Amino acid sequence: MEIYNYMGYELIEKIRSKEITIQEVIQQTYERIEETEELLHSFVYLSKERALKRAKNLDAQLKNGKTTGKVLGLPIGVKDLICIKDSPTTCGSKILEEYRPPYNATVIDYLIEREGAISVGRTNMDEFAMGSSTENSSYGPTYNPWDLERVPGGSSGGSSSCVASGQTPISLGSDTGGSIRCPAAYCGIVGIKPTYGRVSRYGLVSYANSLDQIGPLGRCVYDVALILEIIAGYDPLDSTTVDIGVDEYTKELNRSIEKKTLGIPKEFFGEGLQKDVKEKVKKSINKLEGLGANVVDLSFPHLEYTIPTYYLIAMSEASSNLERYDGLRYGKMSDDLKGDVYEVFSRTRGERFGSEVRRRIILGTYTLSAGYYDMFYIKALKVRTLIKKDFQNAFEQCDAIVCPTMPTTAFKIGELVDDPLQMYLMDVLTCPVNLAGLPGLSIPCDYDNKGLPIGFQIIGNYFDEKTILNIGYQLEQELNIYRKIPPLTIRGN
Amino acid sequence: MSDTPQDVIIGLEVHIQLANLKTKLFCSCSSDYRSAEPNTHVCPICLGLPGSLPVINKKSIEFATRLALALNCKINPKFWFFRKNYFYVDLPKGYQISQYNKAGGKAFADGGKVTIKINSSKKEILLNRIHLEEDPARLVHKGSIRTSPYTLVDYNRSGITLIETVTEPVLSSPAEAREFLNQLKLIVQYTGISDLSLEGTLRVDANISIKGHPRAEVKNITSFKEVESALIYEITRQKHEIKKGKEIMQETRHWDGRVTIPLRTKEFEKDYRYFPEQDLVPIVIKKEFIDEIKDYLPEMPNERVLRLQKQYMLSEFDAENLILDKYIADFYENGVNKDPTFGPDEYKLYCNWLMNNIVGWLNENNKKIDETKLKPSHIIDLISNIKKGNITTKIAKTLIGDMMKGNSISKMIKDKGKKRISEETIIEEYSREVIDENPRIIEDCRKNPKAIEALIGRVMGKTKGQADPKITRKIMIILLRNMRIID
Ligand SMILES: [Zn+2]
Repeated sequence: MEIYNYMGYELIEKIRSKEITIQEVIQQTYERIEETEELLHSFVYLSKERALKRAKNLDAQLKNGKTTGKVLGLPIGVKDLICIKDSPTTCGSKILEEYRPPYNATVIDYLIEREGAISVGRTNMDEFAMGSSTENSSYGPTYNPWDLERVPGGSSGGSSSCVASGQTPISLGSDTGGSIRCPAAYCGIVGIKPTYGRVSRYGLVSYANSLDQIGPLGRCVYDVALILEIIAGYDPLDSTTVDIGVDEYTKELNRSIEKKTLGIPKEFFGEGLQKDVKEKVKKSINKLEGLGANVVDLSFPHLEYTIPTYYLIAMSEASSNLERYDGLRYGKMSDDLKGDVYEVFSRTRGERFGSEVRRRIILGTYTLSAGYYDMFYIKALKVRTLIKKDFQNAFEQCDAIVCPTMPTTAFKIGELVDDPLQMYLMDVLTCPVNLAGLPGLSIPCDYDNKGLPIGFQIIGNYFDEKTILNIGYQLEQELNIYRKIPPLTIRGN
Repeated sequence: MSDTPQDVIIGLEVHIQLANLKTKLFCSCSSDYRSAEPNTHVCPICLGLPGSLPVINKKSIEFATRLALALNCKINPKFWFFRKNYFYVDLPKGYQISQYNKAGGKAFADGGKVTIKINSSKKEILLNRIHLEEDPARLVHKGSIRTSPYTLVDYNRSGITLIETVTEPVLSSPAEAREFLNQLKLIVQYTGISDLSLEGTLRVDANISIKGHPRAEVKNITSFKEVESALIYEITRQKHEIKKGKEIMQETRHWDGRVTIPLRTKEFEKDYRYFPEQDLVPIVIKKEFIDEIKDYLPEMPNERVLRLQKQYMLSEFDAENLILDKYIADFYENGVNKDPTFGPDEYKLYCNWLMNNIVGWLNENNKKIDETKLKPSHIIDLISNIKKGNITTKIAKTLIGDMMKGNSISKMIKDKGKKRISEETIIEEYSREVIDENPRIIEDCRKNPKAIEALIGRVMGKTKGQADPKITRKIMIILLRNMRIID
């Protein structure tokens, strides 16, 4: 069997038992990438030489019994906005072209340096994570492995398509308003956005820093649980991480979910939901009931304000977070250096940021400006508190909330490009989770009538990743569709 | 200047670098940029590299607490940092992490006061707040900023802790502003948080208005000396405008060392788009923490003045002079406490020697006391040698320079033995004294020039035989000739 059929944990087992060498794994990984990359464009940069060299080193260490990494030799894709020392990290943007950070993100230190994973390349994304389709990448779009005419979702689209297509078993993404869960849903894989403060953001290039979290994507819940175990935890370099213990998620997966109470918010099944998405998600809820879970109806009175609240906050923060890109210290400056420093800064930013990034910077700058600040930003913060309260009330009645991840299945490339508002509405079921800072898991639960995967979302209480992974794992085993490999073709409907 | 002080309203924003903090405000880079090669004390955080995050330096909170307590401010139990957004080449993130007391934000501490003495009466200068923020990078130009062909950026300064002290608009003259800054400098020295004698540790923005007219903000005043000149210039300018019947504009002006130049008017005032810095969590300051710092807080200058008067029976004048430099006052107390036989006379003597001769020497030679080899015991030794008659005050004064090199008077007396004094000015001084004291011998000289020997003998007596007899004779003759006593 080709290695791309294996789950991450199976591959690790084979390496550990010396059934296969790390160099063979990496070699075959690149073979799979070379075969499929032209169709998918999951990566903006491949680091083959570096990965092979590292594989050779790790093989030698393994032979001498000198290494104990939990994910030794595991090939991973890393979203292009997580810093890897001396490796291009461009955030899908022309403004960071050729930028190589001089330091590792904390998650890279944990996953690669400490536990032995190998980065095979940087995965494509919407520029600075601004988008739900990966169409906003300066390096061209990524294609959905289930239908090459469709978007993989975003912004972690490359991280999703590479896992779904078996290019790598695992990838790292980031989620600000659904950027892990949306592409996981569209590509039929598993992705988790951890609780805000669970995983260090040190080395994650900020889009909206009060919402961003790094999380893993994989083809099964076990893989995602395994990676989260490694990357989660307090980091003295990130003041927003919380110093509480990390559960052994992989050991909790087999627990029975009997007597667990699942909350179903009626607003999450409202208008705008694709018919078969609604049906299939309901069907999965029935399966969970079959496993012994109870169900309770919930109400989220403030859900309708989610999208404006989310975008006001995200754009405001983004306008400030992206001020550092002036081309002066790193990245590229405009070729035309006429005028004073402000003119050169403006020209550089005008030329090198894409249109969606410019749109969000301008809107964010506007909402933070004197006279508008109270009207927009402060008000958004107040609504954010109300949305948080809705969730807090909900978790008094249930252990987890279940709902669709996305209102629809993957749309066609270009379909929503001229309608940003419609595109923003796609985040309605994912971004409340970021606003509240809660953990959310998306797993594939079925396919729509076009054969496109449907994502099932499980939202947990603060730092209760263990429960949502447990529920997700139980459902995954029940459904047993997770080994399905997408066709990498155009469906034409 | 002919301003009636009540007309003038001045408020100051004083930015002080916490030069005694070892590391920067949000990273662990060394904050000693003065002695380092440019861009060597940098890291992803103070360079503002993508993905880097700030982490608060706990020591900076402690330092800010010390200052807040020393200034009698009310420390807020919980505060946030804010981002102050603007583009400039010295600002690597495009925003400065600072604090804000509007939009739900809180300063580190509110209120507070500094007591100044102006025309021998006391005035309380009320403070609005103090807050913490990071310093931008340092810009280096070749020659002047206008003619330099390039600008170099040194990020060693980027991220160094600044503390900003904002006064209420209650200062009414440049002299008051100067006095306020002197007091603030002293308090900063006493709290041990910075050394304001280092270049670049102080930056002042001043809000200046004439009662009933809009105010102008003058930025970029970078030393104590400049503050007074900048204020005098700006007040004169505004009064002149008003006299000519012109409206004063609300604007920001730039002090270039000579004059204030308009930077921007109110309509073009920068909008900094302050909003909370969420890469840092709110900081909670517990009462126990404040109490602990209070316990270790050194005595403040005004308290010390009172104590010195009481403990050493010094005059208010002497005590106030002594505390003007914490290290001098420490030196004083160290010295007088070394000798248990010291009483009020010696306390006074010690103070006089220290303040008149030692400090005079330090000022002339532009040195700090700890940069010399002078020890507190040296002055005890000096006083005792004078008391025992081993040396005269006059001669001792000539030996201060040697004493600063670590030589005690006792040792010098021993080494020099009967070594002659050949310095003409000193011999002249003694000779004049002898002439004044012996009118009868002078009269004798008119008749008998040999009587001059008696005068020379008396000079030798006064100098314990150390004066060079030849020079003494020469000088005595000149003096007597000038007095037309002898031919
Ligand atoms: Zn640093």
